[in-house]
Amino acid sequence: MRGKTGSSRGLFLCLQSGSEEPPELQQRMDQDMTDTKNQMPDNQMTGAEIVLKALKENGVEHIFGYPGGAVLPIYDEIFQQEEIKHILVRHEQGAGHAAEGYARSTGKVGVMLVTSGPGATNAVTPLQDALMDSVPLVCISGQVPTTLIGSDAFQECDTVGITRPCTKHNWLVKDVNELAATIHEAFRIAQTGRPGPVVVDVPKDIQFATGTYTPKPQVAANVSYQPRVDGDINAIQAAVELMASARKPVLYTGGGVINSGPEASRLLRELVELTNFPITSTLMGLGCYPASGSNWLGMLGMHGSYEANMAMHDCDVMVCIGARFDDRITGRLNAFAPHSRKIHIDIDPSSINKNVHVDIPIIGDVGHVLKDMIRQWRALPTKPAKAQTEEWWSEVARWRARKSFSYKNSTDVIMPQYALERLNALSKGRKTFITTEVGQHQMWAAQFIDFEEPNRWMTSGGLGTMGYGLPAAIGVQVAHPDALVIDVAGDASIQMCIQEMSCAIQHELPVKIFILNNQYMGMVRQWQQLLHGNRLSNSYTEAMPDFVKLAEAYGAVGIYCDDPKELDDKIEQMIAVKKPVIFDCRVANLANCFPMIPSGKAHNEMLLPDEATDEAVATAIDAKGRQLV
Amino acid sequence: MNAHQQPTGSAYFIAPETAKAESHTLSVLVSNEPGVLARVIGLFSGRGYNIESLTVSETEHEAHLSRITIVTRGTPTVLEQIKAQLERIVPVHRVVDLTVRARDLGQERPIEREVALIKVVGTGDNRAETLRLADAFHAKVVDATIEHFILEITGKSSKIDQFVAVMKPLGLIEVCRTGIAAMNRGAQGM
Repeated sequence: MRGKTGSSRGLFLCLQSGSEEPPELQQRMDQDMTDTKNQMPDNQMTGAEIVLKALKENGVEHIFGYPGGAVLPIYDEIFQQEEIKHILVRHEQGAGHAAEGYARSTGKVGVMLVTSGPGATNAVTPLQDALMDSVPLVCISGQVPTTLIGSDAFQECDTVGITRPCTKHNWLVKDVNELAATIHEAFRIAQTGRPGPVVVDVPKDIQFATGTYTPKPQVAANVSYQPRVDGDINAIQAAVELMASARKPVLYTGGGVINSGPEASRLLRELVELTNFPITSTLMGLGCYPASGSNWLGMLGMHGSYEANMAMHDCDVMVCIGARFDDRITGRLNAFAPHSRKIHIDIDPSSINKNVHVDIPIIGDVGHVLKDMIRQWRALPTKPAKAQTEEWWSEVARWRARKSFSYKNSTDVIMPQYALERLNALSKGRKTFITTEVGQHQMWAAQFIDFEEPNRWMTSGGLGTMGYGLPAAIGVQVAHPDALVIDVAGDASIQMCIQEMSCAIQHELPVKIFILNNQYMGMVRQWQQLLHGNRLSNSYTEAMPDFVKLAEAYGAVGIYCDDPKELDDKIEQMIAVKKPVIFDCRVANLANCFPMIPSGKAHNEMLLPDEATDEAVATAIDAKGRQLV
Repeated sequence: MNAHQQPTGSAYFIAPETAKAESHTLSVLVSNEPGVLARVIGLFSGRGYNIESLTVSETEHEAHLSRITIVTRGTPTVLEQIKAQLERIVPVHRVVDLTVRARDLGQERPIEREVALIKVVGTGDNRAETLRLADAFHAKVVDATIEHFILEITGKSSKIDQFVAVMKPLGLIEVCRTGIAAMNRGAQGM
């Protein structure tokens, strides 16, 4: 960890004298600060001090960031305190994804700190990522002094303009006296309602200026933003009655259950227990119901299990809990669950009827609504008889028997699915957190790793950001220093944020990077095979780094494995190392990810692994489906 | 303003939308703070919704409230979605679909008015005809020289369209319109 060592202080001083402020001005500012500090009442302080005090009041213990000219006053305050630990990343994108991993694994707000201009523009990707996956994130960005805004100053950009569509809300603070209240409000907005990212842009002169610190208000001042958490009781009653009448019910759960907190997952398990409904989940919701649970159907959607997708297609009552009918889930909309009546629980009213028309919308927080739902289910005068869903369960059993995640194993090469099965088996019984990058490996991880608890699975679902996994793993490891944190990666994705190895080493974060190395952008190649006549345009990586040497160059441990017989030993070796590890797992180059709902097809038109011949793959998608993403 | 587009949401929305598009007038009450108009407009352009008319002004100075009146076009589902998306914007206090409200109140449409300034340049008979027509449309002369008139007209958009059309052959050279201000009839407030 970075201490206040002689060398870093030396570097700091040298930076300060080389800063872009003219030396006289710098001296005057320093003079002002020292003068005012000595005689200020308790609630009077500089903007930079206000930032730190407000972060502390909001319970922040870690921030992820990268310094630069326009945030130096805040970094100076960070230097002079011990409570908040700063994790120095190597690129602002890494700071954002690390804060996301931190937030998703703890349920707390992730905090990132970036400078103006390029610092802010580099933060755009994680901000949009957090927006799409509803991750609470507060990004403090430096800005050029208010007097220079609009003058095309050095490292100036219109941060609030650029981040407006990729945040839940954002602010440019032009008055130091409003800084504390703005930061308190930023935390409230980030973590309440449907969580999301917010940006507070703080010009450098505001960081230097002295103003009044206002403590966090007991009652929020902003009247226009008051999300409701309790669902309409009549709607919940109607939902319970519909559920009780179901012969072919299915629970379709998503990231909203995780975001609602551990209590929501507990209530969901109780609801499953009470109703005995089969349950599936989106990519974002994995872990809200245990994979070992008897009602578990596996993940649904484009690469979901046969039983989950068939249950969705054939159901008569669908209960959507904290999910949003994303196109990766629904497949062709006019063939989506055609015979079902749908109940939709969501905290965001704009999710209701956005893609799919629902019969009973319930607007509220999943935890609150489930509590009421369970109470009303228990109060039903007559509970549905077990026989009512018996036939449905026997259908589910038939679908399960198709074993849609099966693959042909090999004794010569490591199959990617086998590698993840072994990783799953060998990491069981520990406090394990899994992050992923984006691509085939991500889908295989979702299929083959069992999640028993919420907040253990961090992946970029909505935006599909390659490069997410390593910084996210760093964020998770910061929050859970003793846990086993594994980034399941692909050889292409990992190179998008590989620089964060340096961050992991500096902060002694023993993250494990498990690369399924097939030398292709596997998912791109799979789509080229499906859509573009197997013309593999730019999806083969010709010049692959030697990942073992790369690990060693950073000061980490590199492990290479290309033999299925050695795999177990090497995975155990990886888990035992108390340092960051890059595991270069050479897998079958041309394996593809099945089952798959091809673009433009319905849930019951899945391409299963045993049917996915070259010809079936080449003709799976028609001209219309080809235009879709 | 924006070209007509498919309903937003899913790329899988390949089934043609069968419901008919309607024009609705929305009243949006917002905090009068920097960037709020950009948030509203950015939502429309970002999600591919149409704006046919847009009017914005501070209406309650003490409470720092502004009222944005937007005329937009879409199917009932899209209009619902627009309303929900607008309500998601943090400084948006309330969104009222005045067209739906009017229907609920048993009225055909909300009251909708627009102001236009129209500059007409001409000589001789055209000037007399201009004044005669202005009178017929209840337009006022607000500026004049021996070469031109500036006329102020208030009314429904269709009336202004018509007035602009008749003034064209008489030497109309410039038009400025405010966009629609609207509210529901009756004793009830928004």
